[in-house]
Amino acid sequence: MLNRKIKSLIVLTVVVCILIGTVTKVEADDGLKKGYTYNYDYWSDVLYSPDAYSTVGVYTSVELGLEQGFNNATGMYVRGDTLYICDTGNNRIVELQKVSKDTFELVRIIHMIKGEVAVKTLSAPTDVCASEDGYLYICDKGNGRILKLDDDLNYVMEFTKPTDATFDQTTAFLPNKLEVDGVGRVYCIADNVNKGMIKYDSDGTFAGFYGASEVTYDWTDYLWKKFATKAQRAAMESFVPTEYDNLYRDLEGFIFACTTNVTGAGLDAGTDSPIRRLNLLGKDILIENGNFNVIGDIYWGEAGGYKGPSLITDITALDNGIYFALDKVRGRIFGYDTQGHLLYAFGGNGNLDGYFKLPVAIEHMGKDLIVLDSKDSSFTVFTPTEYGSLIYKAIEEYDIGDYDASGTTWQQVKALNGNYDLAYVGIGRALMRQGNYKEAMTYFKLKWDTHNYSKAFKQYRKEWVEEHIGLMVVILIFLFVVPMLVGKIKKIKHEIDVAENIERLM
Amino acid sequence: MQVSLKKKETYGHYFATLRYAMYVITHPLDGFWDLTHENRGSLAAANTIIILTLLVRIMKLQFTSFLFLQVYWEGINIFLYIASILFPLVLFCVGNWGLTTLFDGKGKLSQIYMGTAYALTPYPLIQFFMILFSNVVTDEEGAFYYFAAALSVGWVAMLIICAMMEIHEYTLSKTILFIIATFFAMMVMVFLLMLFFSMTSQGIAYFISIVKEIMFRM
Repeated sequence: MLNRKIKSLIVLTVVVCILIGTVTKVEADDGLKKGYTYNYDYWSDVLYSPDAYSTVGVYTSVELGLEQGFNNATGMYVRGDTLYICDTGNNRIVELQKVSKDTFELVRIIHMIKGEVAVKTLSAPTDVCASEDGYLYICDKGNGRILKLDDDLNYVMEFTKPTDATFDQTTAFLPNKLEVDGVGRVYCIADNVNKGMIKYDSDGTFAGFYGASEVTYDWTDYLWKKFATKAQRAAMESFVPTEYDNLYRDLEGFIFACTTNVTGAGLDAGTDSPIRRLNLLGKDILIENGNFNVIGDIYWGEAGGYKGPSLITDITALDNGIYFALDKVRGRIFGYDTQGHLLYAFGGNGNLDGYFKLPVAIEHMGKDLIVLDSKDSSFTVFTPTEYGSLIYKAIEEYDIGDYDASGTTWQQVKALNGNYDLAYVGIGRALMRQGNYKEAMTYFKLKWDTHNYSKAFKQYRKEWVEEHIGLMVVILIFLFVVPMLVGKIKKIKHEIDVAENIERLM
Repeated sequence: MQVSLKKKETYGHYFATLRYAMYVITHPLDGFWDLTHENRGSLAAANTIIILTLLVRIMKLQFTSFLFLQVYWEGINIFLYIASILFPLVLFCVGNWGLTTLFDGKGKLSQIYMGTAYALTPYPLIQFFMILFSNVVTDEEGAFYYFAAALSVGWVAMLIICAMMEIHEYTLSKTILFIIATFFAMMVMVFLLMLFFSMTSQGIAYFISIVKEIMFRM
């Protein structure tokens, strides 16, 4: 009896202890300790931060209720709540609908098309795009064509190999990635074409190449080529423009393009630009005001079998202008703001949720990110955490001109992550807009923002001079007038002395 | 009485030689000739100028506005930093002396040191005011700062050439040639020093490993 009492007492104590233990151990798991999300500071030191994005789920054929798993899926497109996935290996396109925060429902599987066309099957489709007016464009790579279908998959037209003289007719036409603009012009990246993207008018005629990058070479290369023999020259890399890997048309109609054709040396020298934002003329207008160029990782340590710079394989841009680049080497996602500041980087290679095997495409649905993993035959959905949402909020508030609110929001971000440079700069900018220059300067100085510090300091100095103008005049008078007066007095005294002496002598 | 008078004289001489630096930097050819030949400079003043230069270099790190100089404090070792100025200076003097004695330079080592030190005078003078100046200008007005910084270095370089010319009684072209040669001599000395230290450490490591081996066998 007693024994039992003691036993139950022990059990009770243990339970209470465990309960207390769990209660006292409550500590916000913001992901900081995992080192999953990070950023670089001014000195390019890696600073781990709380997670800006957390995984909602990883979706394979099982979760989606597909009979056949994804096989080497390469392309993805989002229009509203609808997600299209190009299941390249299975020659089909899977259309999914997001029905709730973490559930996707299968709408249809596209593997046949209808209408007046000879080949009605798809062969290795690599990309898909659903235009605003309800047409579906498919990169039917195996068949060498870009299909335009209506909502019911009826064949409308196709874009084929350009017959233009500028287009090399000897190679096969292998359209790989595409985007369609508001009036139905198609931008296509095709394999083995290095003159830029192929641009079609809406009626299917070839409208020329778009966004070809300038050929870059330095004078040492040139010198080498001058002295090399013909055979050596042939063996050397020729100066050709880079081929693009993927593209994304953002809300403003500019085309984000990325290329994996970069070298470590080129990135260090700043000549290679893996991410570009092209205007109508195909000129790169990407803003790079951050501490580092928009190149993904800035350290490429050879660890875990991965080496070399980040290879950006896809880009997506949110409606607020923030864009995300996907690195296929280390499976990382880099978020940049419109000024080219790295907001955060996260991800990695591995088997856990939020890690990838071979990420190939990134898309966004609202502010959620969707990353397609071709080796893992799955896609992962990320949603912003409180920290990530606050950063968005602060940036958006600043962009619409609500500087006070932006400052407060940045304060909240700073409370969550005291190492976040952009929070300090954000607070400083808000303070500067409020005319609180001195305090703004301390924030800029803390994070080495020379540009903004200069702006604040200029105003502060102006105010200071205006306030102390009286004092400065007084000091100036003391500096110039007083010595002058003293000199004059001395002179007069001297004259009197001389006169007295003369008088005495006489 | 005599002692204090002598003391006063010494101080007087020291301050006179120190003040003479101002004459030297404005009249380099004449100034450097008199510095060594008319005994108008002193090693004490030379040391003072070197110490001032070191002080200004360190003050520059701390007090220059971060607009112009961003210091990664975690990476600064004050002793290494001082050595990074003194070591090349010593190497330069020794290297220059070593070369010029072989090619009928007239200067003694102490004279070369004194001349180099006096030639450094504009650096602390200008840089001190640049530290103050940097704190009242913005990014856009930075051109003035960079100009003055370049001026201080250019002036020093010009003075060093004049000093070497006057001390060794060389022509201008010969002076420049020997200053360039001095840099090679400095590199050779650095190489020899590195060789020496690496050999020594390897030698020591060798004996340590032998002792370890013996202890292991016993």
